Amino acid sequence: MAEVQIKPLTLNFGPQHPAAHGVLRMVLEMDGEIVERADPHIGLLHRGTEKLIEHKTYLQALPYFDRLDYVSPMCQEHGFALAVEKLLGIEAPARGQYIRVLFSEITRILNHLLNTGAFIMDVGATTPMLWTFEQRDKLLEFYERVSGARFHAAYFRPGGVHQDLPKGLDRDIAAFCDQFDAAINDIETLATNNRIFRQRTVDIGVVSAEQAMALGFSGPMLRGSNVAWDLRKSQPYEVYDELDFDVVVGKSGDCFDRYVLRIEEMKQSIKIIRQCLDMMPGGEVLNEDHKFTPPRRSEMKQSMESLIHHFKLYTEGVKVPEGEVYSAVEAPKGEFGVFLVSDGSSKPYKCKIRAPGFAHLAAMDELSKGHQLADTVAILGSMDIVFGEVDR
Amino acid sequence: MEELLEAVSGALGDRILETVVHADQLTVRLSRDTLIEDLTTLRNDSSCRFAILLDITAIDLPQRPERFDVVYIMLSPFMNHRLRVKVATDEFTPIESATTVWPGANWFERETWDMYGIMFSGHPDFRRILTDYGFSGHPLRKDFPLTGYSEVRYSEEQKRVVYEPVSLTQEFRSFDYASPWEGVSTLPGDEKAEDEAAA
Repeated sequence: MAEVQIKPLTLNFGPQHPAAHGVLRMVLEMDGEIVERADPHIGLLHRGTEKLIEHKTYLQALPYFDRLDYVSPMCQEHGFALAVEKLLGIEAPARGQYIRVLFSEITRILNHLLNTGAFIMDVGATTPMLWTFEQRDKLLEFYERVSGARFHAAYFRPGGVHQDLPKGLDRDIAAFCDQFDAAINDIETLATNNRIFRQRTVDIGVVSAEQAMALGFSGPMLRGSNVAWDLRKSQPYEVYDELDFDVVVGKSGDCFDRYVLRIEEMKQSIKIIRQCLDMMPGGEVLNEDHKFTPPRRSEMKQSMESLIHHFKLYTEGVKVPEGEVYSAVEAPKGEFGVFLVSDGSSKPYKCKIRAPGFAHLAAMDELSKGHQLADTVAILGSMDIVFGEVDR
Repeated sequence: MEELLEAVSGALGDRILETVVHADQLTVRLSRDTLIEDLTTLRNDSSCRFAILLDITAIDLPQRPERFDVVYIMLSPFMNHRLRVKVATDEFTPIESATTVWPGANWFERETWDMYGIMFSGHPDFRRILTDYGFSGHPLRKDFPLTGYSEVRYSEEQKRVVYEPVSLTQEFRSFDYASPWEGVSTLPGDEKAEDEAAA
């Protein structure tokens, strides 16, 4: 039989493809079924968030953070709120900190549910996606009850959180925790030991610990490669140092490890949520210094000073002292950092958003080289990419 | 904090041009000429070990002759330290690429080029990254207007997306007036009264 020369093929993957997780366009150079080079083209969702923030007051800039990684909005507000607090030198009161941790962990579950569901669907199973969305909806209801919005919450503010929990919410969150283990087990029985699922994920997209660090990975992508690095433990913010939870690590750094890791992280989050509900003290949820945080509406009806504070805060905004600060939180996808430069006015001089997904997607070429076309989908799914934060 | 200061100054010595500690965070300024050498030292030195480069960005300060400060944000997971390194440059002087030190710097540098127009020499794949194909200008520079220069729409006649100069039905409004408590001495509407009083 005559030898046939196979021409290298350039394949355009996305941006209109369900497995592209939004608007990723990837130019793949293929040798038959094998990927030789992957060149992700990003920026199709670029909205110029950082430029817009330079033209808004600190409070007006906050809702932009919901719209970055739109499946874990509150964690990103958290990053920004902490950065502003650091520049102002204020802190949230104890109850506010507990509520923040509580909702950070709810957000983590929200994010991991979407990711595991979508990831399993990427490699061929539809049912878990439906089940995770059922759970997600219950969590989004908590979002709605506490902030009035299901996604774009704008709930974490510099100095605390906007409002106290409504009556009965703690009870309902506890009830959610009680039924969640069974729901997760259901998903696990379908996927974790499934032969097809394992064939598609084990030993696919392996990242070594050194490689992961050199590529700037963080979060589950780093922990999946057996690096026990979690900001909640190593550089604890808010009340994480008072809570008891474990850092989950993977062993081999492949897609399967990252999936299992996310499942286990959800169980840890449930543990944290339960502790938060038990340990939450009473008191204020927003810093009482009304030079920085708006006074309660009821106070405004009585006190002239409160009225002046309110007017000043919502027109001119807070004047933030000169300086620059980088503050990071352990967002569900990895280290979400905000680098803020203030020139002493009420608007940020510069605000750089460090999105974990950006660094992860940058490694797409390195991870998918030598894999088959279908594996790039699995790798992409296990990276947990959301284009809101990659493109900003 | 002292531990970190000691480690960094021990590793770099008098290569550090400036040290700033603000809000319990350390920023050092390094020279452009020996940057890659120094970054490699920071990564390898046994008391620093900044193995993870988290981000590269820039600050635009148009009033300065060297208008950009390129900022490297790094993390040492072994020593649990964070550090920022700053290097000054202008629009025309390239900075040596850090991709040889951390391969992850690749996209960060592309983004900094795209957003600020800062050049990095020796970069393996130096293209724009976030902006549109065929975009010109660098949007995060302070002299780039918020509204940009061109807008796109789908043209029904040409059956394709066309680029046009920006035309806004309402001009961008900046509400950045001086605080009535500090800046304004004459209330709006009172200008005439003062003129008459002076005359």
